[in-house]
Amino acid sequence: MRTARAAAVLAGLAIAVAACGGNAPTTTEPSASGSAPASAGGGAKPLEGVKLEVAAKWTGAEQKNFEQVLKAFTDKTGAQVTYASTGEDTGAYLGPRIQGKNPPDVAILPQPGLVQQYAEQDALKPLSDDVIKEIDANYTPYWKELGSADGKVYGVLIKAAHKSLVWYRSQAFEDAGVQPATTWDELVKNSQTIADSGTAPFSLCGASGWTLTDLFENVYLSTAGPENYDKLSKHEIPWTDPSVATALEKIAQIVGKQDFLVDGTSGTMQTDFPTCVSKVFSNKKGAMVIEADFVAVEAVNSGAKVGEDAKYFPFPKAGDTAPVILGGDVAVAMKDSPGAQALLQFLASKEGGEVWAKLPGYLSPNKNVSPDNYPDELTRQLGQTIVSAGESVRYDMSDLAPSAFGGTDGKGEWKVLQDFVRKPTDIKGAQQALEAEAKKAWK
Amino acid sequence: MTERLDGPKVPPAQVAGGAAIGPAETPRTRRRLGPSPAVAIAFLLPAALLLGIWVIYPIVYSIIRSLFDANGSGFVGLGNYVSIFTDASMLTTIRNNLIWVVVAPIVVTTLGLIFAVLTERIKWATAFKLIVFMPMAVSLMAAGVIFRLVYEQSPDKGLANAVITTVHDTFSSSQGYPGARPREGDQSQVATQNGAVVTKQPVQVGQPVLIPIVGVKPAALPAEATTAKAPAAGNDVSGVVWFDFTAGGGGTSGQVDGTEKGLPGMAVEAVRGNEVVGTATTAEDGSFRFDGLPAGSYTVRLPQSNFQAAYNGLNWLGETLITPAIIGAFVWVWAGFAMVLIAAGLAAIPRDALEAARIDGATEWQVFRRITVPLLSPVLLVVFVTMIINTLKVFDLVFIIAPSSVQPQANVVALEMWRVSFGGGNNQGLGSALAIFLLILVLPFMIMNIRRFRRENA
Repeated sequence: MRTARAAAVLAGLAIAVAACGGNAPTTTEPSASGSAPASAGGGAKPLEGVKLEVAAKWTGAEQKNFEQVLKAFTDKTGAQVTYASTGEDTGAYLGPRIQGKNPPDVAILPQPGLVQQYAEQDALKPLSDDVIKEIDANYTPYWKELGSADGKVYGVLIKAAHKSLVWYRSQAFEDAGVQPATTWDELVKNSQTIADSGTAPFSLCGASGWTLTDLFENVYLSTAGPENYDKLSKHEIPWTDPSVATALEKIAQIVGKQDFLVDGTSGTMQTDFPTCVSKVFSNKKGAMVIEADFVAVEAVNSGAKVGEDAKYFPFPKAGDTAPVILGGDVAVAMKDSPGAQALLQFLASKEGGEVWAKLPGYLSPNKNVSPDNYPDELTRQLGQTIVSAGESVRYDMSDLAPSAFGGTDGKGEWKVLQDFVRKPTDIKGAQQALEAEAKKAWK
Repeated sequence: MTERLDGPKVPPAQVAGGAAIGPAETPRTRRRLGPSPAVAIAFLLPAALLLGIWVIYPIVYSIIRSLFDANGSGFVGLGNYVSIFTDASMLTTIRNNLIWVVVAPIVVTTLGLIFAVLTERIKWATAFKLIVFMPMAVSLMAAGVIFRLVYEQSPDKGLANAVITTVHDTFSSSQGYPGARPREGDQSQVATQNGAVVTKQPVQVGQPVLIPIVGVKPAALPAEATTAKAPAAGNDVSGVVWFDFTAGGGGTSGQVDGTEKGLPGMAVEAVRGNEVVGTATTAEDGSFRFDGLPAGSYTVRLPQSNFQAAYNGLNWLGETLITPAIIGAFVWVWAGFAMVLIAAGLAAIPRDALEAARIDGATEWQVFRRITVPLLSPVLLVVFVTMIINTLKVFDLVFIIAPSSVQPQANVVALEMWRVSFGGGNNQGLGSALAIFLLILVLPFMIMNIRRFRRENA
């Protein structure tokens, strides 16, 4: 009796030890022993009973759309896929799981920089030949290069984002009687007119630092040109370079006026990404929001019809170059499992891309996914520009930087640009702060 | 809290773990005081093992890790510790922690004491205590989400600002056209001066005044506003205040065009020298007229009150108020806990001491100040020290309540530790150094708690 109780206590302890030992060993393990295939789908599905976990940063509507793609994969192969949201900080989510030797099977990294970083830590599994074959068939070499480290292909870009857009509420433009701008000066002039009409022209998402880096990159690529852009991306020229000052001066023209910002500077700094979109399309407080194609999803959530109420124009030329900046999410395998490679192959395939393309807010870098699949005309045009874009297209600079500089809340470029929006007169100070942060990150 | 309770909890665990072996061995040992070393070890082993795995090993490993760089391969000595104290943002972080440690424990303990003493005297004490204690049942993260909403800037969403603006608006209500401003430029007759809109040139009687205003928010334009008309010359001072913007563009700036609307309800003043000699209010079409002004030249002024923005409350989540705001949330969570502990201490105070003092003619304040508080001081100290430890390791509230743009200003050591280790920087060397720094900060208070605990048991 007594021993039994003691044994129970010890067993309890053992369970506690196991539970605390790691991030709850979920998924995969049970699949090895073939735990009871739940769906009676027949023997045609090759991965029946396999369980997979895929982690990505998407939430809300973007997550729902991705889950539909995963469902298509499940229908095809029979593998059960669970989705885990990493939140804004993908590195913070994956870091401990890699350390704890319990990573998800597939992770979708928001920055190519993370591919290099995790490859160095041996946390990634090279793609299988089947997947690479799929990539060769569907992608231009530029994209393949982006997912490689040390000559090995680890990742495949499955989702592209067009970051050189200005979204606007067409009613606000009609009321003010202005047309989409093609140059920066025109943009500033139109903004004054919109402000006079009683609507704040810009809804900036100051609380989400990455939106400010996107704004900076567009202006910088346009004013300084692609060559300087590449140099600054690799920190080959310092942030104290005069070309950076020129770009910041341009930005100061719009963030320096209280009338230009929805809720003024202090309100801007508390507005995070989707909220700034709803301030334009739902609350109708602002006229324009400068962000990527994925604004469409949030605009629809705010009750706006893309193409009618919500429209966009290409980011105006602030200098000699018309800027085209892309972002994108790279899928990598973190565990050696046939299921993981199969999922990556599916995501890289024409078939997977077309399932996704039919949902709003998605652009495929896959050249074989026909733009006809996109749900609306605007996305169709965007898809065309991405696939056929030439040499001057650049990848998002902050995503190429070490994440301590270009991808961390409250640190590095995000923080300095937020401080700059608070105090746009201090261009020199902002440059010095950027250079100091860059030196720390690139050492 | 946990630190305090962990002490007494450990011995029972030993008993339970060792029970299987203990009793079988006792009869064989010789009679003497205390157990044999073998039994003692058997009893201690489970606890020692658990402590070793979850306390000693992580501490030792963190110390070692803190001496290495981000990759964990290069030895940097005390370099990580040096960078803690040389980095400007780290100094803000340490300053914030200081504010926390000084303010939060005092406020929590004081509030707890007040609640405990007051609840002794009210009828519904249990109900009251239950409500005040309730936040303890909410996880800190949920509390953070709640307070993020409470501190929302817009009074429509944020409770804190809703209360403040309601109180404020009962004393002074705002009206008019917030954010509107005159159409400036060389051709404009008016300019802004100290928030008011004034004519640049003196106005003569019989000369109509045009005051073009732009930037009127659609919501601020009253429904009764009608199309403005260019004023005709008369024999007094008159003019029009209108929204100089033709919907859909077009129109000439500075001139009253076809569809532009007047701005009704605008207060207008005629000023001569420094003296207001006449006041008027604009009509529905924006026109105004000063009756019976003697001939001469005047300045026409739209006082600032016309453009006063509605009071929007405090910017809780801004750079300056963020730390006090988060401390407020912390107090909300922990005040109930402090109250319960102090109330328990209060119940244990000998009533006769209080009654004796009262019979001797002491006032209630004197009883509280000279009898209750000194007798309660051991409990107060426990609460206070526990709160200090809690504030030092505060993390979730700051992480959730502060918008990411003000997190550098709201940062605390525990949050910084997580950020540099996992949140992007991936520098676990510096992170470990921060963890050790935090441990050193907490250590004196832990020792104080343990000492006191021992003294009590002795």
